[in-house]
Amino acid sequence: MKKIFSATPLLVDRPTHYCPGCTHGVIHRLVAETIDELGIRERTVGIAPVGCSVLAYEYFNVDMFEASHGRAPAVATGAKRARPELIVFSYQGDGDLASIGMGEIIHAANRGEKITVIFVNNAIYGMTGGQMAPTTMPGQYSTTTPGGRNVKEVGYPVRMAELIASLRTPAFVARAAVHSPKEILRAKEYIRRAFSYQVAGTCFSLVELLSICPTNWGLSARESEKWLEREMMPYYPLGIKKEPETAEAEVKRG
Amino acid sequence: MSKILMKGNEAVGEAAIRAGCLHFFGYPITPQSEVPEYLARRLPEVGGVFVQAESEVAASNMIYGAAGVGVRVLTTSSSPGISLMAEALSYIAACELPVVLVNMMRAGPGLGGILPAQGDYLQATKGTAHGDFHLIVLAPSSVQEAVNLVMRAFELAENYRNPVMVIGDGMIGQMMEPVEFPEPAVGKPLDPGDWALTGCKDRPRRIVNSLYLDPEACNRHNFKLTAKWQRITEAEQRSESVYLDEPCDILLTSFGMTYRICKTAADELRAEGIKVGLFRPITLAPFPYQACRAAADRAGRILDVEMNMGQMLEDVKLAVQGTKSIDFLGTAGGVVPSPEDVAKKIREVLGSAPAKNASPKPAPQKKRKDKERA
Amino acid sequence: MASTEVLMAGFGGQGMLLSGKLLAHAAMEKGLEVSWLPSYGPEMRGGTANVTVCISDKPVASPYIVYPRALLVMNQPSLEKFAPRVKPGGLIVVNSSLVPVKSDRQDCQVVYVAANQVAQQAGTGRAANLVMLGVYVGWSEVVSLESTVRAIEEEFAEKAKFIPANVAAFKAGYEEGRKARGAKS
Repeated sequence: MKKIFSATPLLVDRPTHYCPGCTHGVIHRLVAETIDELGIRERTVGIAPVGCSVLAYEYFNVDMFEASHGRAPAVATGAKRARPELIVFSYQGDGDLASIGMGEIIHAANRGEKITVIFVNNAIYGMTGGQMAPTTMPGQYSTTTPGGRNVKEVGYPVRMAELIASLRTPAFVARAAVHSPKEILRAKEYIRRAFSYQVAGTCFSLVELLSICPTNWGLSARESEKWLEREMMPYYPLGIKKEPETAEAEVKRG
Repeated sequence: MSKILMKGNEAVGEAAIRAGCLHFFGYPITPQSEVPEYLARRLPEVGGVFVQAESEVAASNMIYGAAGVGVRVLTTSSSPGISLMAEALSYIAACELPVVLVNMMRAGPGLGGILPAQGDYLQATKGTAHGDFHLIVLAPSSVQEAVNLVMRAFELAENYRNPVMVIGDGMIGQMMEPVEFPEPAVGKPLDPGDWALTGCKDRPRRIVNSLYLDPEACNRHNFKLTAKWQRITEAEQRSESVYLDEPCDILLTSFGMTYRICKTAADELRAEGIKVGLFRPITLAPFPYQACRAAADRAGRILDVEMNMGQMLEDVKLAVQGTKSIDFLGTAGGVVPSPEDVAKKIREVLGSAPAKNASPKPAPQKKRKDKERA
Repeated sequence: MASTEVLMAGFGGQGMLLSGKLLAHAAMEKGLEVSWLPSYGPEMRGGTANVTVCISDKPVASPYIVYPRALLVMNQPSLEKFAPRVKPGGLIVVNSSLVPVKSDRQDCQVVYVAANQVAQQAGTGRAANLVMLGVYVGWSEVVSLESTVRAIEEEFAEKAKFIPANVAAFKAGYEEGRKARGAKS
């Protein structure tokens, strides 16, 4: 019989702690496959965040850091500047990257650190139990927005990919979703490009991945997929926001 | 090599390079900005890396990242900036990474002021950040000693895989004194050993982590760190005792630049026949309690002098165990005590309770008196 | 010598910190122990700036000195603030080009030098700080003329065109200092 599917050697063979229906597992696999396919495992260092994926260092079979909340891009900066031959990626959620770590991600991107950031946006704080994230949708229920997110009080959700793409420093910035096979394939392609730019020493790269959280959204996995498509995708448009080639051209034009 | 005249801050930067530290991440803050300025110029000349971080929060996490991949790394700051670095220092200590940081203290609390102070003694030695950990803390009292201790700090950091702080004040950062640097011009790089994240080629992967969700494992980790601190405490205490060959009327305890001021006061009074001894810890942590006690045993009484409201005073009391009267002279806010201030306080203290020999005497009740019995 | 201290004060940008550095450098080259301790404030330019240089044949204990042996002042506020602190028998050098008042200290030697004019005659009006340093070195001879000139040459090594005028200003001040010393003894 022909083997058409196997476990990714880059993921440690153990059960994860993620909830049923969570898409972190999908994203872990995409990142792990990419590292494997690019043949860079032996020079890759990953950085786990604080949040649901805090234990990511248990799952990626590469050298790993565990960073403090929001600081992964600074840790990545230190690691990459110290050993430029390493391939350094951070794996961060929306609370980690877009709230407490907003300063670190913006400045790492603006310096053009040659790192890759995997940004998982599921519009909620997962690990602490479903509080509002900077990416929580208008009107969305969370434990700290019991009447739904009121944009008059707390503002609108932050579009990180667009925010970072607005910086002048050349970068690769893209947004994909992981709720359907079709979008997962697109996500894989973006992740592959993001790592490839680092391998080539080209630029900072960030892939934002719209993700689901059935547990804290209070929906089934299937309902969550529909909710992501209906509520999140219009507000967070998928696609490539910035490419180093076009960014370089913009810089040249002044 | 001949002596050169150098600002303390610049000498700190050069000392790091001589120690083989080619990586600096930091953020400008008065009165230590000459360190990043100097290294921004010097590090590229020697193939090193200089990054101006967006904040002290980021800088301290950058040194976490750089140390984690096994390079020798430095950051420097001043009081408010050190507060912002506290979180990362807890992680670095927990992960047992070797880093060196320098705090050129300024006045506090809050934004305080930019002039010299010593108000971060307790922060450095006891309560840097959350959790059970210790920094090794070294306090130079001259620019040359700052050079020596920065270089020593890297050795200690690597020997024990523990963060080391060299603590000075705005005075030592801004003043110039002659210094000599050892050869070679650039020290050897750090051996990344069996812990650094260098890519898992031909070996199992490594993890730099301080998360222990299993309470037993976290408990064990705390005991391990504590055992290490015990070894450091036994092996690394350093101090200086001066004029204690014979019993003295009064012992001045102080650290860093304040020691120099006390030394001038002591010399002046000794010329008049008043026997003044001096003790200063060079390692603020581990604090040399036994040496401090031995110095106190030679003295009639003690005057502790600091540019704060009485922080090291607590350790002096612990060392002395209530066997001697202890008075305190403190200034803050950037007010530096003059040698005359110290001399006046000595006269006042001895006048109110003359101590002609080394036997402990009860002191009369008076304000600012810090007398304790064990 | 045993040890001595000099406080040099003026507005930021008048070069007194540099004068202090040159003195410390020359003393260090002579094998003496030195310290150079500036005051520093939040402003980059225009505020008051002063530096205390201690010179000794033993390691300098406190570099922070309230009562110096000598004072060089480039402005009136510095004269008013620091002159009362000079040790009796000490030296006060006042740049009379910029300071219109006299010191009332009877127990010190007070030397008035029109440092800006002297510097102008030497080739650059900007070297008044070196005239002041020259007066002090000439008066005290804590370091030699030659060693101070070497310190100036080293300091300006990368801006060599400034060396002759600065050296000339220093030497002119030095002569003033020698004269003042002679007048006293």
